[in-house]
Amino acid sequence: MSDEIVREFLVESNENLDLLDRELVKLEKDPSNRDTLSSIFRTIHTIKGTCGFLGFGKLESVAHAGENLLSLLRDGAIGLSPERTTALLSLVDAVRQMLGSIESQANEGERDDGALIETLKKLQKDPEKLDALELKTATEVNRAPEPPAVEPPEKKEEAPEPPKPLGRILVEQGTVTPEDVAYAVQKQLEGDSRSIGEILLERGLVKSQDLLAAVQTQQQQAAKSAVSESSIRVDVVLLDRLMNLVGELVLARNQILQHTQGVQDAVLMASGQRLNLITSELQEGVMKTRMQPIGNIWSKFPRTVRDVAMSCGKEVRIEMEGKETDLDKTIIEAIKDPLTHLVRNSVDHGIETPELRKSAGKSPEGLLLLRAYHEGGQVNIEIRDDGAGLNTEKIKKKAVQRRLITVEQAARMREHEACNLIFLPGFSTAEAVTNVSGRGVGMDVVKTNIEKIGGTVEVQTRAGAGTTVKMKIPLTLAIIPALLVTSGGERFAIPQVNLLELVRIEEQNVAKALELVQGAPVYRLRGQLLPLVHLNEQLKLENSNSGEDAGVNIIVLQADGRQFGLVVDQVNDTEEIVVKPLNKQLKTIRAFAGATILGDGRVALILDVRGLALSAGLVDTRQEREAAAAQSEERAEQSAEGKQSLLVFENKEGGRMAIELSMVARLEEFARESVEKTGEREVVQYRGQIMPLIHVTELLGGDAILGEEMQKNTPMQVVVYADEGRNVGLVVEQILDIVEETLVLQQPAKRAGVRGTMVIQKKVTDLLDVRELVRLSGGAGPAQLAGEAHE
Amino acid sequence: MNERRQFCTFWMGQRLYGMPVEEVQEVIREQAMTRVPLAGSMVRGLINLRGKIVTAIDLRKGLGLGDQGAKGPLMNVVVSSEEQVVSFLVDAIGDVLDVEEESFEQIPDTLQGQARQLVGGVYKLGDGLLHVLDSEKCSQLSEA
Repeated sequence: MSDEIVREFLVESNENLDLLDRELVKLEKDPSNRDTLSSIFRTIHTIKGTCGFLGFGKLESVAHAGENLLSLLRDGAIGLSPERTTALLSLVDAVRQMLGSIESQANEGERDDGALIETLKKLQKDPEKLDALELKTATEVNRAPEPPAVEPPEKKEEAPEPPKPLGRILVEQGTVTPEDVAYAVQKQLEGDSRSIGEILLERGLVKSQDLLAAVQTQQQQAAKSAVSESSIRVDVVLLDRLMNLVGELVLARNQILQHTQGVQDAVLMASGQRLNLITSELQEGVMKTRMQPIGNIWSKFPRTVRDVAMSCGKEVRIEMEGKETDLDKTIIEAIKDPLTHLVRNSVDHGIETPELRKSAGKSPEGLLLLRAYHEGGQVNIEIRDDGAGLNTEKIKKKAVQRRLITVEQAARMREHEACNLIFLPGFSTAEAVTNVSGRGVGMDVVKTNIEKIGGTVEVQTRAGAGTTVKMKIPLTLAIIPALLVTSGGERFAIPQVNLLELVRIEEQNVAKALELVQGAPVYRLRGQLLPLVHLNEQLKLENSNSGEDAGVNIIVLQADGRQFGLVVDQVNDTEEIVVKPLNKQLKTIRAFAGATILGDGRVALILDVRGLALSAGLVDTRQEREAAAAQSEERAEQSAEGKQSLLVFENKEGGRMAIELSMVARLEEFARESVEKTGEREVVQYRGQIMPLIHVTELLGGDAILGEEMQKNTPMQVVVYADEGRNVGLVVEQILDIVEETLVLQQPAKRAGVRGTMVIQKKVTDLLDVRELVRLSGGAGPAQLAGEAHE
Repeated sequence: MNERRQFCTFWMGQRLYGMPVEEVQEVIREQAMTRVPLAGSMVRGLINLRGKIVTAIDLRKGLGLGDQGAKGPLMNVVVSSEEQVVSFLVDAIGDVLDVEEESFEQIPDTLQGQARQLVGGVYKLGDGLLHVLDSEKCSQLSEA
C-alpha cells in the first residue's frame, strides 16, 4: 500500500472527523434528526472500511464499536443520551489521535482503547434499561418500528444515500459475483467482525488492487455526497506564488499605464485600459482564493463549548452570527488559538452555574454569542456571554497583589481600564486552576497574538449581564493600508493600524509648540505631553529638509499602549502596500517590519512602530516593569510564606520608611489648601469624615525643611490608615514602592513610633509602628480615635 | 584528470573574480536602490528584482578594495541559494570562463583579514589569476 493512499486517507478522515464533531453536537440538540444520524453513521463507516483495508486494526476495532452503537441509534432501537454522545465524541478523539500518530510515525501508536470499546458496547446493549432512564427520547423509540436488536452494520440497503456498499461496487466492477458478497455478508451475520473486503480478500475471491479501486470509488462517492463537487484542493504555496505574480503584474500595469499617457496611440491606449481592468479583476480573484469564512474555525466551537460546559457543570448554548465573514487564510490560522481560548474562558469563568443563574433570575442555560462582521476594511469579532460579568474590584485587587499596578493606579482606574487589566502578563482571576483555563498563559497571550497580526482586543463588561470581548482584525496580512512618509530623502511606509493622527506645526509656531523635558523633545497634544521621536535621528539619516520647509510634521503613533509622535520630513500619501519580508540578515534591525514595492517600482521600508518605540527607549520602562512584576510574582510564589507587603515611602530628609500594606486603606493626594485646623491639629475632610493628619517626619523628630512656597504648590501625599472604621492620614513626602519582604528587623527600635530598622531593596528602611505613631501624635482627637480601637 | 568548471567572472578594479556559474541566477545592470538605515556598511540597499526584494551587498567594501570612484554604473550579480537571494555589486562583468580543476591553488598564507574568508582560492589562467569567491560567506557580509 502506497504512502499516497495513506495520506489521502488521513486528509479525508480528518475532514470527516471535524464533520463528526459538529454533527454529534447537532444531533444532541435534535436527537430525532435522522439525516444527521445517517450522515454520522456513513462517516464512521467510511473510516472503518478504509482503515480495515489499510491494516489499521486498532483503529478499525474502535470505529467498529462506534458503528454498531450508531446503527442501533439510527434504527431507533435505542435513544441518544448524553453518555452516548460523550462516548461517541471520545471515539472521535481516539480516532483523531490514532490518525495523528499514523501521520507522524506511520502506526497507530501504543494505546489501549479497550475501555472505550467496552463503554461503546455497554451503551449499545441493555437498551431497555437505558431507555427507561431517558424519558425525553422515549417517544422517538416508541415511534420507530422494532428492528432486530443487533443488526450487521454492513447491511447497507437502509443507508438512504451513497456511498454504495463495497459489495455492490465490486459486483458492478465485475470483480466478484453477487454470490461471493452474499457469502461474506452471511459470514458477518454469523459474527465475523471483519469487513466484507477483508473476508473476500481472505477467501481469495478478490484481488487487492480491485478491492483498493473499489474502496477508492466508495470514498469518492462518500466525498461527493459530503463536499460539493465543484471544489478542489490547492496547495497554499501555489496561491502565494500566484499572489506574488499578480503583485508583479500590477506593477507592470502601472508602468505601462504611465507610459501610454505620453503616447498618442489609440490602439495602445485601448489595450492599456483592458490590461488595467483585467489586472484589477485578477488581483481581486487571487485575493479571494486566500479567503476563508470564519465559520471554518467556529465550527469546532460547539464541541469545545459542550465539553467545557459538561466538565464544569454548566449549560451553555452557542450561537453564531456572520459565519460567512471572509478572512485571509493566514489570519484565520493566527486567530484560531486566541479565539478558542476566549471561548473556553467565557464558558469556564463567564457563564455561571445553572443554580446561580436561576437565583439571578436568568434562564439556567447560558448563551455564548459569536459575531463577526466587516467594518471599515476590518473584521470585527465579538465573543459575548450573558454571564456574571467581570468583577472589576477583584481584578484591581489581584493586579495590585501581583504588582502589575500600584495601589494608587488602582484607586484612580476607571471601570473599563480595570477590565483590560486581565490582558496583562501574569494575570489570572481564576481562584483555582481548572484544567480548562487558568494556566497562567491566558489573556496576555491572546492579546499578543492578536496584536502580532495587527489587530486589537478589548473587553467590555456589565456586572450581572455579561462580558463581551471585541477584536478588530485586518482582512489580510499580505496587503495593508499604509501612510507613506519621506525622511532623509528616503520613503518609508507606516502601517495605518498604528496611526492615530497627523499634526502639522507651521514654521512660525514651531518654537512655541515644541518643548523640552530635560532635553527630550515633547509636544503638548490637547494638554498631554507627547514624547517626540525624530525619524532622522533614529535611523541616523542626514537632515535633508532643513532648507525649504521649516514646519514640523508629527505622526502620532501608538505601540503597546504608549503614544508618541514621530517627526518626519514629509508626509506623502496613503497607499495599499504588499508586505514583503526582509532578508534574514536585515531582520535583526528592529525598526523595520519588512519592505514593499511602491507604484513606481522602488522599494520602500516598512517601519515597525513598536520596534521604533523600543529603540527610542519609549516602551522599555513598561517592559521592564512587566519583567519586574513577573519576577516579583515568581519570588512571591516561591516563598510566599513569611512575606508581607510593605509600602515604602520617603520622608523629607530622604530617609526611607515603610509600613505594612495591610494597614493602608488608600493612598490619596490632598491640596495644601484643603487642610483645616481644629485646635492644634491639622485635619482634612475625607469621605464625609474629619480625618486627622499626622506629619510623619515632624513627629519622628525631623525638621520641616521644605519652604512654605513649595508646600503650597505641591499636593500632599497621604497614606490613609484605617482602624475600626476611622481614618488617620499620614503625610509623607513621596511614596516609593510596594515590596514583598520578610519582616526581619535588623535593629531594634531606637525611637518611639519605629518598630525597628530593616533593609529593603538594599537600603536601610525604618519600619513604622502606625498605632504608636498615632498615639504619639498626641492631642486629644486622633490619638484617642486610634487609641480606643487599639486598646 | 581533466575536470573543468565554469565560472561567471566579474571585475573589481584590476582583479578578476568569479563564482561558480550554477550559483549565479542572473546578472543585471544597476538598479534603483533603497538604502537601509542602521544596516551594516556592506549593505548598499534593497533592489526590486521583479517583485522580489533583494539585498544588494557591496563586494568592494567586503574585499577591502575601497570605493570604485565615479566609473559608471555598477553591475548586480544575483546569487540565489536555498535560503535567500542576494545581489553582489561589482564593477564590470567578464566572460563565463571554463577552467581546469588542475589550475586551482589555495590562497597564500600571507593573505590576511576578511578577504581570507571570502576568497576560496585561485585558478591560474594564461593571463592572470581568477579569484574564486565563496558566495555563502559573501552573503553573510550583510550581517555586520
